[in-house]
Formats: sequence, structure tokens, C-alpha cells
Amino acid sequence: MTLPIVFVQLLSGLAHAMVLFLIASGLSLIFGVTRVVNFAHGSLYMLAAYVTYTLSNTLPLGAASFYVAVPLACLGVGLVGFLVEVILLRRVYKSPELYQLLLTFALVLIVSDLVKLGWGAENKTGPSAPGLAGAVPIFGRLFPTYDLVLIAVGPLVALGLSWLFSRTRWGVLIRAATLDREMVAALGVDPRYLFTTVFVLGAALAGLGGALQVPRQSLTIVMDTAIITEAFVVVVVGGMGSVPGALLAAILIGVIQAFGVLVLPNASLVTTFVVMAVVLIVRPWGLLGRPESQGRGAGATIAVTAQRGLPPYWTWVLLAALVAAPPLLPTFYVSVLVEILVFALFAASLHLLMGAGGMVSFGHAAAFGLGAYGAALAMKLAGLSMPVAFVVAPFAAALCALVIGFFCVRLSSIYFAMLTLAFAQIAYAIVHQWYAVTGGDNGLLGIWPAPWLATPIRYYYLALAACAGGIALLDRIGTAPFGLVLRAARDHARRAETVGVNVRLHQWLAFVIAGFFGGLAGATFVFLKGSAFPEYFSVARSVEPLVMVLLGGVQAFAGAPLGAAVYTLLDTVATKYTEYWQLVLGVILVTLVLAFPRGILGIVTDRRRD
Amino acid sequence: MNVTRVLPLFVLALVVAAVAQPAAAQGPIKIGEINSFSGIGAPFTGPYRAAVEMAVEEINAKGGVLGRKVEVLFRDDKGQPAEAVKHAQELVAGEKVALVSGTFLSNVGLAVSDWAKQNKTLFVAAEPLTEAITWSKGHDYVFRVRPNTYEQGRMLAEKAGKMKYVKWATIGPNYEYGKRAWETFRERLKELKPGVQVVGEQWPTLGKIDPSAEVGAILAANPDALYVSLFGSDWLAFVREAGKRGLFQKTFVVGILLGEPEYIDPLKTEAPEGMLVTGYPWYDLQQPAHKEFVARFTKKTDKTPVLGSLVGYVTYLSIFEAIKKAGSTDTEKLVAAFRDLKVETPIGPISYRAFDGQSTMGAWVGMTKVDAKRGVGIMVNHEYISGERVLPSPDEVKKMRSGG
Repeated sequence: MTLPIVFVQLLSGLAHAMVLFLIASGLSLIFGVTRVVNFAHGSLYMLAAYVTYTLSNTLPLGAASFYVAVPLACLGVGLVGFLVEVILLRRVYKSPELYQLLLTFALVLIVSDLVKLGWGAENKTGPSAPGLAGAVPIFGRLFPTYDLVLIAVGPLVALGLSWLFSRTRWGVLIRAATLDREMVAALGVDPRYLFTTVFVLGAALAGLGGALQVPRQSLTIVMDTAIITEAFVVVVVGGMGSVPGALLAAILIGVIQAFGVLVLPNASLVTTFVVMAVVLIVRPWGLLGRPESQGRGAGATIAVTAQRGLPPYWTWVLLAALVAAPPLLPTFYVSVLVEILVFALFAASLHLLMGAGGMVSFGHAAAFGLGAYGAALAMKLAGLSMPVAFVVAPFAAALCALVIGFFCVRLSSIYFAMLTLAFAQIAYAIVHQWYAVTGGDNGLLGIWPAPWLATPIRYYYLALAACAGGIALLDRIGTAPFGLVLRAARDHARRAETVGVNVRLHQWLAFVIAGFFGGLAGATFVFLKGSAFPEYFSVARSVEPLVMVLLGGVQAFAGAPLGAAVYTLLDTVATKYTEYWQLVLGVILVTLVLAFPRGILGIVTDRRRD
Repeated sequence: MNVTRVLPLFVLALVVAAVAQPAAAQGPIKIGEINSFSGIGAPFTGPYRAAVEMAVEEINAKGGVLGRKVEVLFRDDKGQPAEAVKHAQELVAGEKVALVSGTFLSNVGLAVSDWAKQNKTLFVAAEPLTEAITWSKGHDYVFRVRPNTYEQGRMLAEKAGKMKYVKWATIGPNYEYGKRAWETFRERLKELKPGVQVVGEQWPTLGKIDPSAEVGAILAANPDALYVSLFGSDWLAFVREAGKRGLFQKTFVVGILLGEPEYIDPLKTEAPEGMLVTGYPWYDLQQPAHKEFVARFTKKTDKTPVLGSLVGYVTYLSIFEAIKKAGSTDTEKLVAAFRDLKVETPIGPISYRAFDGQSTMGAWVGMTKVDAKRGVGIMVNHEYISGERVLPSPDEVKKMRSGG
């Protein structure tokens, strides 16, 4: 590898890093001030790219169209950000933390379909930047002029932001709010003003990133999800809320990726996540982040009680219905019921972490996938019979959770969430590439129940026993002394330690238990579908149970299964009847979030409190 | 309203849905079509769907099949295998479809195929390219329309093996399709030209290519020729970067599928010239049946056809033909009918091999050139290579099926 090659590769990494920085800085600012985990940030980025594409092709300005289109797209997306914040997000700031996440998730669905409706699903190649379309020789190697300009734009934006934060009153207030927003509010600053403006700025930065990508990348309707995970990684590696951190992390990740491609081309799936895992294990608050102030932690706002949210006799009525009804149902609905049971258990296992533990996981799919693959491999590789494989699988998931949990529980809040995501992605990459054992992306096929369990109705009863049993055990664990101690640790870790609780040990154990039951859900799922695929580990699979728990209501245990049932049914019906199921599902979710800002179960728990 | 009323409502809704199931009378013949109308496959399935609808309209205008109208029920698999299996269950158990068809992504195709095997349902795989569907994971209930990765890789290797290039590199998406596309090509190339060296392999994540770094890595390896199995947005981004950095001037490019309108049209005049590709030069095909197909498709959609349109059309012609031959919609009879089924398609006759279910539909191999008049890349000097010329023998298939 010669020096010119290294230098040019470095430039490649920097160019990519600058786009990442633009998107991640906006995301970081929004989180820092509003605590909103904005999944829709990638959607804003995508929207800006499509708007830039259309404006560059339609504005009657000739070559200059692109350069006018970029700021216009930026402003346009900033305006969208304004509307989203004022019309939607503002209504749910009072909800438990993370409820905003549900809204932004719904927005991802909606924007995705709107872009498909407006621009069509086909891939598009945007215009090159006029005047910058060529390349310049660097040490005898050609390098795109446009990328050189990008490399300059990134630091300029960083400088602009740094001026904004150090020299303007608004910037000082934003910095103060990032550190302690309650204090800023107490000092007489209207937080709504800060929230709205910072959201608009963040959206406009995402817009700038999207608009500037148009000459380098093609436009696709999945570019939102392609960028969002990476942007989150940058934010977390840099430290939430830190703009210089985002710049540093973007450069680190961009450059490591560029050289990773050169040295380990097969590792492209996982490089970013390995970097994040290492950084978080060494520096639990990212490179330039600060530890969060204890005391006003997540627990205080979630206020999850030990209540079930459902009178006990209804549990029995429901169970009786679940036992009696299926023989009367058509086969397809029986398998939908199995799916509901699987996700109810999956969501309930996450609820132990989120609700009782106050630990929000973005990587719970790892448990699901490990359970599914555990069962599949126990059959295929170890030659075990199906019932044995079914029993073994959750233990495999729990064992992996033991290892992953060891690292994760040392972190808190969003950093914990992102480290779980990193491990889920690493597991995904291993399953995806280890063709000899896991079958790679073609998956493992032929994982069907034993013949005596193979009719839909028989399998249903097995699933009912496993899932209802699992849910009952989780409920018991959550209300047992163990669950109560977990709550104490969540609400005030230091006080809990003072009275002699080993906080980390309890959290670690909760992680393993959640992993076990997530694995049981995965095992039940794999025999329903007959095959296991790496996508069981995907980010989407991790977000789903999160959405279900929030939709049902995180404050009581019954919310998790309820949310799972509602979500699965909505999804099943919407996909059956319309190609634009994302739009339909997204609009329904927005409506539900606005109508039940504490989850569907909130109507019950709120009424009881009154 | 409170939750104590909400919960049983769901159960009630399910029971009502159960009772309200319409009885399956002698209505239309229903066919279940599962495909990726959202997610990573979405950019390519629109024209496929339009052609399927066209085929159905045409057959129904002629009175349908076996005197019954044909109805296709479309379901979106979201690019997820588990979702596709759910639809297969619903279509077969709920809608009583005669067979299931479609799919774009290989892993989705494999999942549905395995489900079909378990549930003894006929599955006609339209677009997925993995060889495993008909070979290592093949079974009696699956048939596949499109020429697979192995066939297309071999077609390209036959031509590339006669060329002077010795130092080869590859770039492809980091999943089975990309890897197998390269392996089949490389193996055949080495047989034909033993001196071939591999100087670099790049495997970017599907849908997330960093073109700048990848082009830099390929330039650093300095190959004479590059085998590309990228497609979709990755390929578009790669072309722009590679063009700027002079990769196409220095390196000969062989691209699997890259002559298909799906992948070359979005590049407009930026399409690289002088690549050896497989694809679909619909603009040059002279068969009257094909010209009519193009005219009807263009009239219906206001767009020119892509390979997906042809595949969709051929898939449904095959299904209609099989139902006619079987004289019934009974699965076992349909499976028997599909074996050695001969179908007249717009591009000539094809058949479905009895021992592995692979169709003999072929592909066109040719060189790329920019057509200044239409403002897109096209294929020139192309040749149609039928599947028979590259497909393995029954014995080889038997070996793959038992080994896999």
C-alpha cells in the first residue's frame, strides 16, 4: 500500500464523514435538548434529497439550479421539522420518556410511503454538482472535486455551530438546556421556544446532509433507514448532545470504514458497530459526552409501578378465551394468534428491562434471533429432536445475554441502548456471514415442529403454553422482591446501593432473564415460520417490541402484551388490504399516541390514579 | 371505554372474522402473489406487477382459464422472509389460492419455497436468483422462471474467458447473491483461462455502499478487469464515483444483470460504455410476439418494459398454461403439469425441466453503449443464450440436491 493510496483513501473517508457529521450533529442537538430519540431524522434526510433532486431538475436556472435547490431543500425540511415539533411532538413531551420515539417511528413509516407516492419507487440518479462534476489529480490519482468541497463544508458547518453556541444568547441557552433543562426552565426561559428552534435547526442539518448527498449517491426509498443507524452510532460515539463529539466520531468512523474496506472487505457489515462497542466499553459516555446527572433520571419520568394494569379476573377470562376459541377459528387466524402470542412474550420480556429495570434496549432482537437460531441449530447441527431444541433454545439465548449483559449493564440510558444495538448488529453480522454454520443470508430452512405438533392448532397450544407461561413468569418476576429491588435500582441507583443492593448484579440478572424469554419467543416463532434468517437480528426487529411496549403503555406490565396484540393485528390487516400499509399504520400510530399519550393502557391506570 | 372492554373485543373480532369467511364456490381461480412492494426490492417490483396485471387482464378478456376468471391477490412481503411466510399461510388457508407465486429477494424465495414444501403447496418462484431454490434446497413443489446466478455467471465467463484480461477483481453486495455470482463466474473463467489471478474482492453492505472508499480500494488493487454484481442504488452510486476517478478507462468491466433496464436506465447517459453484461435488450428484439408485448405494456403503463415486466408476464403465462394442462387447480395435478411444461412466451418457447423445476428461459449477453437518441445505455452485439446451453445435467442436479 503506497502513500498516495493511503492519502486518497483518507480523503474518501473524510468526505463520507462530513455527510455523516451533518446528519449526526442535528440528531445529537435534538436529543441533547429535547431528549427525543428522533428515528425520523433519516426521513428528513431522504426528503431533502428528493426535494433537491426535483428542484434541480425543474428550477429554470440552468446550472445554478442545484445550488439554489440545496438551501431551499434545507429550509423546506427545516419547515417540516417545525411543523412536526409544533403539531405533534409538543403534545407528548409530558408523556413518559421515549413516547416521542413512538411518534418519530410513525413518521418514518408515513414519510416513507409519501416519498413512494410522490416520487415513485424506482431508484433515481440525481444531477452532478455543476462545475464540480470532475476530478482533480492528487499524487497522480484522480479524486472527485465535489468530495473535496464536502470535506471543507463539514468543518465550516462545525465552526458555524460553534460560533452559534459560544457567541449567541440562543446558543448559550441551548448548551444550558443540554446540561439541565429543568434548571433552564426554572430560570424563566420558555423551553418550548428552545425545543422548537433546536428541532428546526436539527432538521435543517439533516436536510443539508441529504441535499449534499444527491450528487454522490443515488436516491432510493430506503435511504432513510440506510443512514439512520449509522447516524445514531456517530452521535453516541461522539457523546450525546456534543457537536464537536459528533464531528470527531464522524471522522473516526468515516476513516475507519474507508480503511476497513481496503484491509478487511468482508467486514463491511460490522466495522462501525465494533468501533462503537469498543468506544462505549472504554468510554461509557462517548468520546466527548458527559455523564448524565443522577436524580432526574429516566425512572422518575416513567414512574412504572408494580401494578399489572389489568384486574386479575380478566386475565382468567382472556386465558379461557385463548384456550377455547382457536378450534372455532380459521387456520390463518390461528397462526396470527401464535404470532400475537410470540410478540406478546417478546414485548413482555423487553418490559422487564424497560419498565422494571429502566433499561431501554435497542438490541432486544439479539435475544429473539439467538432463540430462533438456537432452536434451528440444535436441530440441524446437534441433531436434537424438535421438543428438545425448543427447550434448549432459550438457554442458548440466556447464555449469550449473560456475556452481552456483562458489558451493557455498566452503561446507562441511551448508551446502554446503543451498546445493546451494537451487540445485536455484531450477532447479525456473524449469522449473516458464517455460511458453513448459519447458512448466511439464505438462512436455515426446514425448522418445522415435530409431526405430532405440526397441525396449526396443536402448535398453537404449544405456543400458548410457552408464551402465556412465559408472560406469567415474567409478571411474577416483576412483582417479586427481585422486581421490586430492580425498581429501586432504577429510580435511584445510589440510594439502592446505600441500602446494600448490588445494582449491577440485579440489572445483569434482569438482562439474562429478558434474554431467556426473548429467546423463548424467538424459538416459538421459528417453528411457526419453518426458517431462520439473519433479519431476526435486525434493527427493525429490535424496534418492534419497543413500539409495542410503548403503544400498550410502559407503566404497567399488561401494556406490553396489549401493545403487541394491537400492533400485530393492525399490521396484519393493513398489509393485507393496502400496498401503502406504512402510511396507514403510521397514521393510526400517530392517532393512538395523541389519543393515549401514556399508551393504550394509560386510560385505565390514569383513571385509577385520579 | 376502558381496557376491560377493549381486550375481549379483539377476541370477538377474530371470531367474527372467522364466521364471516366467504365459502369457496366455483368462483375465479385465485393465485397468491407475494412480492417486495416495499423495502429493498420495491424499486423493481412495480413493473413486474404491472405485467402480471396485464397478463391477467388479457387471459380474462379471452374468457379465463378452464372457463373461470383468474384473480391475483397481491401481498407485500416487505423484503422479510417471515412476513412472506405469513402471507403464504393466509393466502392458502384463508383465500384458498391454487398456488403461490412471485418473490424477488433470494432469502424470501427460499423461505416461501420451504413453506411450500412443508405444506405441499405449489410455488412458482419468479425473480429470486439463488441457485439453491431449484438445486441444493430444491423439491417437488417449486418451479423457477428466471435464469439463476449460476447460469448468468457461466454465460459471462464463456465470453470473458476468450478475452485477454488476466488480473481480475470483483465488487458485489455482501450476501449470497454477490458471492455466488462471483464464484460461479470465477470457477468457469479459471477453467477456460488457467492463468487468471484474483487481485481483490470488495464486499460492501447491500444498500449502504461507500462508493468513494470502494473505488479507491479497487484502484489500489489495479486489476485489468472487474466483475461487478452490485445492483440498484449501490451500482448507481458506484458508477458515478468510478466514472470520475477514471476506473472505467483503466479497467474492463463485466457486470451480471447490469444490462437490464432496471439498472442501466436510471444512469441515463452516464451508463459506462463497453461493459460485458447480461441483460434485456427489449428495443432490439424482432419477434412479432415480443413487439406486441412491448407495445401493450407501453400502452398500459406509459413506460417501457424492464426485465421484471418480462419475467412477470412469462411467469403468469406459464401458470395459465400449467392450469390448462392440468385441467384442474389441484396441487398435485398442477405440479405434474409443470414438469416438462412448454410455454410460448414473447421471446419464444421455454420449458420447465422435469427433474429440477428450472425453466430454460435464457438471458442476453452483450456489450453496453450509450444511445444518444434515447439518452440511456443499451446493449449492442448481444446474443440470446438459452438456459439449455448452460444448465447442469440431471446427474449434477441430483448430486447438488443430495449434498445440500
